[in-house]
Amino acid sequence: MITLDVNGKKYEIDVDPDMPLLWAIRDGIGLTGTKYGCGIAMCGACTVHVDGMATRSCSMPVSAAVGRRITTIENVGSSRAGKAVQSAWEKLDVVQCGYCQSGQIMSAAALLAEKPKPSDADIDAAMAGNVCRCATYVRIRAAIKQAARSTV
Amino acid sequence: MMKRLAVCLMLAGPLLAPAQAATAADSKSEGEKLYMEMNRVLTHPRCLNCHPAGDSPKQGDSARFHVPPMTRGPKDSGPPGMHCAACHQSSNYAASGVPGAPNWHLAPLSMAWENKTPGEICRQILDRRRNGNKSLTEIVKHLTEDELVAWGWNPGTDVARRVREPVPIAKPEFNRIVHAWAKAGAVCPQ
Repeated sequence: MITLDVNGKKYEIDVDPDMPLLWAIRDGIGLTGTKYGCGIAMCGACTVHVDGMATRSCSMPVSAAVGRRITTIENVGSSRAGKAVQSAWEKLDVVQCGYCQSGQIMSAAALLAEKPKPSDADIDAAMAGNVCRCATYVRIRAAIKQAARSTV
Repeated sequence: MMKRLAVCLMLAGPLLAPAQAATAADSKSEGEKLYMEMNRVLTHPRCLNCHPAGDSPKQGDSARFHVPPMTRGPKDSGPPGMHCAACHQSSNYAASGVPGAPNWHLAPLSMAWENKTPGEICRQILDRRRNGNKSLTEIVKHLTEDELVAWGWNPGTDVARRVREPVPIAKPEFNRIVHAWAKAGAVCPQ
């Protein structure tokens, strides 16, 4: 059995220690907001926070997540930066198909937690690993700026 | 006449006995030879890809730009919000094909080796203003004991489950060469 701290709750799950954290979260715990996109850390859809840092859950074995604080899209709104990002996303109607947006929001929240007033270049650099097939990039950048203003 | 001879001798520098001169030349050429062996490892893509001349790491044997696009950030470990550790864990991960080792990061720009000659890289490694203020002893330790450096001999498998090519020269032999190079005076080629 593996014990994980996800969104402030302890979960005991019976999974292979080498399983990607993504599948432990989705199938082991049942939190399906975190999405599978590519499985090779290229698209960012599976982004969660591990000890507050944006992390591709498809590229971390669940054994490496033991003893660490994991936050998923289901609970990102409990942090100031996460709440601001979610509100800005709603106000600017960022989402189109939505598949990548959980990962986008997790990356944006991690950026603002670390750099509350990011420049355009900071946003581009931090979000470069999150791809969107609907190309909502312009609204994503605007929403991050709006979230940054609201948290100052 | 005597005065001219004295000037000539001064210009020639200190005279060495023939045996001493031969030893110094041998040591220099031996040191250079040892460095050139080390240089084969240092300039292999497994090492060079993270000692880039610019702000972006490279990937693969062809040293293509890193995908997803990545920049070194203020501390050489990625920009705020997307650190190297977002994808690179403390060990290789076969499930995603993403390589990993402790403290995955880029070498600082002062230690960029891309497009440099062996002599330039060698002098850079020994220059405390550029090498993170490391002494020769610390450089030897870094080259022979650092876990991220050692990843070059254990680079894991890629997304297609192909084994990445490790650096040339087996690790124990490389370590022996590095120690021998340092002992021979850490000589650099021109």
